Amino acid sequence: MISKVLQPARELVEPKEKVTLINKDKLIKVVKFIGLGFLEPLVRIGVGEEPRKNALLIVKSTVFPVCSILLFLVLWHYGAAYLFNVEANIKIEAARAAQGEAAALAMKECIASGDLSCKPNVLPSPSEVYEAAVTLWQDHLAIMAKKVAFSEKVAETNASRQAQGLEMITYTGRPSFIDQIKTSILTVFAGFLLAMVLAVPAGVLMGLSTTLRTSFNWLIQILKPVSPVVWLLLVFMIVKTLIKDPSLDKSFIISFVSVGLCSMWATLVNTSLGVSSVDKDFVNVARVLKLGIGKNIRKIVLPFSFPYIFTGLRITISVAWMVLIAIELLAQSPGLGSFVWEEFQNGANDSNAKILVAMIVIGLIGFLLDRLMVMLQRLLVVSKSEAS
Amino acid sequence: MSILQLEKVSKSYGSGNEQVEVLSDINLTIGEGEFVAIVGFTGSGKTTLINLINGLLFPDCGTVLFKGKQVTGPGPERGVVFQNYSLLPWLSVYQNIYLAVDQVSPGTTKKEKDEMVRKYIGLVNLTPALEKKPAELSGGMRQRVSLARTLAMQPEVLLMDEPLSALDALTRAVLQKEIINIWTKDKRTALLITNDVDEGILMADRIIPLNPGPKATLGPNFKVPFERPRNLLEINQDPVYKQLRNEIIEYLIEMGNHRRSDSSDSLKLPDLQPVMPGRVFLGNREKRKKVKYF
Repeated sequence: MISKVLQPARELVEPKEKVTLINKDKLIKVVKFIGLGFLEPLVRIGVGEEPRKNALLIVKSTVFPVCSILLFLVLWHYGAAYLFNVEANIKIEAARAAQGEAAALAMKECIASGDLSCKPNVLPSPSEVYEAAVTLWQDHLAIMAKKVAFSEKVAETNASRQAQGLEMITYTGRPSFIDQIKTSILTVFAGFLLAMVLAVPAGVLMGLSTTLRTSFNWLIQILKPVSPVVWLLLVFMIVKTLIKDPSLDKSFIISFVSVGLCSMWATLVNTSLGVSSVDKDFVNVARVLKLGIGKNIRKIVLPFSFPYIFTGLRITISVAWMVLIAIELLAQSPGLGSFVWEEFQNGANDSNAKILVAMIVIGLIGFLLDRLMVMLQRLLVVSKSEAS
Repeated sequence: MSILQLEKVSKSYGSGNEQVEVLSDINLTIGEGEFVAIVGFTGSGKTTLINLINGLLFPDCGTVLFKGKQVTGPGPERGVVFQNYSLLPWLSVYQNIYLAVDQVSPGTTKKEKDEMVRKYIGLVNLTPALEKKPAELSGGMRQRVSLARTLAMQPEVLLMDEPLSALDALTRAVLQKEIINIWTKDKRTALLITNDVDEGILMADRIIPLNPGPKATLGPNFKVPFERPRNLLEINQDPVYKQLRNEIIEYLIEMGNHRRSDSSDSLKLPDLQPVMPGRVFLGNREKRKKVKYF
């Protein structure tokens, strides 16, 4: 009697629990896949699994890092306040020395009132940086609105110009911060692709032949440590001669080619290392089977050196991103680097804060790019095992 | 008719003073359809011998003839089962075998190749593990895959380089049986290298001991007189088995002792002074002698 009553109830419960189990595992898989493995205990605690152990894990993996960031912000805040006071005192003393006590008092009051005209130019505090970020975002929205308005305004003219076969009128106003970020990312990807296209095949060739490897080794060792700035100049010399067509974006070409050339070495060296260190057993298998060169590369060499190549590509993309900022700064091609430089030259009262916003954005994007590569690697490995 | 012939083969490694002659004056003839086992101590040059036959290595002097022609390199007609499996870890069992099938039978359709792959996997009883990666398999299963891959090359001579030495005794027995079964089915010539005399007696027609190296040579032939199919339990009771086994082992041990007594050079121990921890020398040490460890 009792069991009859209980049974349907159990049946109702069991499948439900199974569903949550699958979802949990799937969620953990997804979380790990996108490189956010530290969220795993949070997911587990969400379904009530070993709350004590997982709570400890959360403290370790999430709470401590957050604390360290908060600590950093606090230090930054006080550090900025200290620098502010130092700079303010210097200003007051300068006013006193130049114009006497009254001027010093006026300066002190002026600084205390927070008036922009006499604000000391120092390291901005976290709150100022936050405000600058908000300003930049609003500026972006304003520019977007302007763009839309402009395209509406010229829609008719453009239609008629198109009919006549003339060039369309495009918005040529100032790019917003977000536009700069987009340009930078585009450039880094173009450079990365160039590096990959050049370095992976060259690395495979060099890995396969000892003669090639030794012949090019010196050249590579010499070119590898060359500074991005010099690469930029070199690329500029070549591109200037080769590209005369004004419709091509020369500054974009120069920056992405130099980024590619600067960052390709890690991939080149790693690929050739991976290819040349293929396990002797696998080489023997290939020899016994008499695999052709193409098949040998596809079935044995590339799969074996895949982890090496990906390590190289990961280094390449982070180097590319690091180098890009410097190159944009120098080449005056649009992007985050030139944004930073312009803000520095600009010297407006929130320029410093904007530079710091850019710095944080650069760091975050670099981090995301690295995660992206890890994800890509996992994706390729997973899809390879699924294809079998 | 002999399918494989080694004449006065020797092979050394290294150069100059470091040169070590691993094999010296090896003469071996294997007839078609024969199953020969070469038994020897570890480190006596067994793998070198098999690499000379499959063409991964070349002899310093002497000739290796396969069907009357000199061996110029490796090829699928002399398929090897490697000691450490050598499966490609990024390919599944199916793909590993497919690579071999694809390579040795050009001009066949995809469907035929697929059938062949399945046939060879079925031959070693691995059909359930078709889509698995080598890493997911046990040692015995991996060696089966390796065997299937070698069989898929359709070799004229099956070379086995200690194929079972990394396996536990039970798996060993099972695989020995399977290899024998497969061999009886199509009577390929087979050369088994092993360090287990029993394994040799159970599987081979003829056992040749390899004297311990350096300068390893082949010993006399020991014919294995048992009828096939052989039953391990029955053979174990047979006095002939015991006698044969003892003879071979005695021969190997005697050769080993002989070899050992040959080398009479005494090694000089280094004269070392212990360095006490925590002693710091400042300035020039009185005698900056280099400590020689060897």
